[in-house]
Amino acid sequence: MAILVDQDTRLVVSGITGREGTFHSLRNRDYGTNVVAGVTPGKGGQDVDGIPVFNTLHDAVEQTAANTAMVFVPPRFAADSILEAEDAGIPLIITITEGIPAHDELRVYNHLKRGDSRLVGPNCPGILSPGKANVGIIPAQFFKEGNVGLVSRSGTLTYQIGNELAQRGFGNSSIVGIGGDPVPGSSFIDMLELFEADTETELIVMCGEIGGSAEEEAADYIEEHVSKPVLAYIAGFTAPPGKTMGHAGAIVSGSKGTAAAKAEALEAKGVRVGRNPTQVSEIAVEILGTRV
Amino acid sequence: MDLLEYQGKQLFAKHGVPVPDGRPATTVPEAVEAAEELGYPVVIKAQVQIGGRGKAGGIKLAKDRAEAEEHAAAILGMDIRGFTVHELYVEKASEIDEEYYTAIVFDRSAKKPMAMLSRMGGMDVEEVADKDPEAMRMLHVDPLLGLQDFHGRRLAFESGIAEDVVRPVGAMLARLYDVFVREDATLVEVNPLLITKSREVVALDAKVTVDDNALFRHPDVAEMRDVSAEDPQERMAHERGLIYVKLDGNVGILGNGAGLVMSTLDVVAQAGGKPANFLDAGGGSKAEAITSAVEVILSDEKVKAVLFNIFGGITRCDEVARGLIEAFEQIKPDVPFVVRLDGTNDKEGRALLAEANLPNVHTEATMLGAAEKVVELAGAAA
Repeated sequence: MAILVDQDTRLVVSGITGREGTFHSLRNRDYGTNVVAGVTPGKGGQDVDGIPVFNTLHDAVEQTAANTAMVFVPPRFAADSILEAEDAGIPLIITITEGIPAHDELRVYNHLKRGDSRLVGPNCPGILSPGKANVGIIPAQFFKEGNVGLVSRSGTLTYQIGNELAQRGFGNSSIVGIGGDPVPGSSFIDMLELFEADTETELIVMCGEIGGSAEEEAADYIEEHVSKPVLAYIAGFTAPPGKTMGHAGAIVSGSKGTAAAKAEALEAKGVRVGRNPTQVSEIAVEILGTRV
Repeated sequence: MDLLEYQGKQLFAKHGVPVPDGRPATTVPEAVEAAEELGYPVVIKAQVQIGGRGKAGGIKLAKDRAEAEEHAAAILGMDIRGFTVHELYVEKASEIDEEYYTAIVFDRSAKKPMAMLSRMGGMDVEEVADKDPEAMRMLHVDPLLGLQDFHGRRLAFESGIAEDVVRPVGAMLARLYDVFVREDATLVEVNPLLITKSREVVALDAKVTVDDNALFRHPDVAEMRDVSAEDPQERMAHERGLIYVKLDGNVGILGNGAGLVMSTLDVVAQAGGKPANFLDAGGGSKAEAITSAVEVILSDEKVKAVLFNIFGGITRCDEVARGLIEAFEQIKPDVPFVVRLDGTNDKEGRALLAEANLPNVHTEATMLGAAEKVVELAGAAA
């Protein structure tokens, strides 16, 4: 088992003919992901290394039964592309694009919430279920199948922590990047719910950062609804207030959104918080036992 | 991007929010000319992106030409909590009867805009919340529907503002919401929202933050960026397309990916060091970007040692190594570097560095080891 993406994933890539879109679509296919279609308006009828390209997401769904969309288009077109995917009835929309205007994200989020489609991202590295499917830009070579579910607001930090875990012999059920924007389509809570229900996952590692209150909300949720052990890491203890630390969502406003407050909220609910990526893997060993 | 008061008021005026008549000025003669045009009394206001301007002496009333000249000269160049005043706003003075507070903010937790109104204006919002939490009324707005008349009415009645201004305050809220949406703002705050002696409703101050990601839709707002207020290193990084935040320590930091860089700062602090900056060289960093980044980091004279912490995913460690080697050829840095390369093509990257045998460059295998080493080197140099 894994969550969200696996052998049943039939992927359509919006923006497949762009440089990055092509590169990552083919990498995902090389990993074993079933990439069934691409969409670029005006390029319908062409193909990208054998992957058929359609003018609309509706055409792609009708002709290939795609059930997952990956959005790789530039920021100013991304909201439109996500809404098109939702309108075409695609249940899972993974958006890699970084730099989407906040008001676009607000509209998209509030619209999707009324329907059945799930959005992961934007500004995220995607989802990898080792041995099954990779949708996005996560470098799959560092990860193998296993029992640790990993959810994160950051890309490279996920690889760092995933790699520390891998060096101690742990593999992953799924690795989900929920993204570093102020309005992520999916929250830690959404992923905690899925990992809790996933039979393969025995430990959930969540990797947060400064800004917003998603970690605090997750802490409350964990206490009520999660029976599996959860281990956390928070980045940004040294971040000064009022400065955006790279991610649009990573900003301490006034006294809110600090790393210390987040770590405290999690620890108050019994979630252990590693102080650095190495310590996260050490605590994982304490919880699950040695794997090497 | 935070706008200055007068820039915010320009956006207000564009969307029909009533503001007093005023003119920006950058010199004393300009300020006097503006005052003469507007007619006395006028208020001369320092334009800086920090609160507490009044208390610091940055807002003064001028009743005649002599006073306008005197105040403009005093305020220009003044330092207000670390911000130098380069611009003034000369505004027709208003007759104050009551001061309220209103704002449209972006509520990240609810993922909706939130409209706020209080009859206690003119002071800090936190102060209002402390003094009388009931005085601040808040309502979420569905972004797909927008602010409706009932939102304004409800806020007005619940906040207990004077009944004769319920309708115009509601209208003001609707227009501020237009500013919020149409200008892609993440914050629109009016404090104080003024009720004049003749019972007119006017925005006496304007605090507007516009979403950087949406500036492509607002070329006029993008031009308002106040480069003079930016730190010189931050401006240099911005021009080169790097994400850089200046901090006050002596350990220069470069990493790839915002989360990993934040984590690197923390680990350096845990090892007893003080980071000099946040620098995200980005995903897929090419050699050129690395060279450019080294220049930005070293332009801060406080930097005594530099840490490269790279976990290669899309970024290839051999590219990073090439960039560093090029940087050494071009700049010849005189501070030690600690380099930790892990991930895609890490062996190739390390081999390149070993071959180049750069002076004063130390390679470390782990993030923690690298942090300890760089702190030790920065300490030795200090």
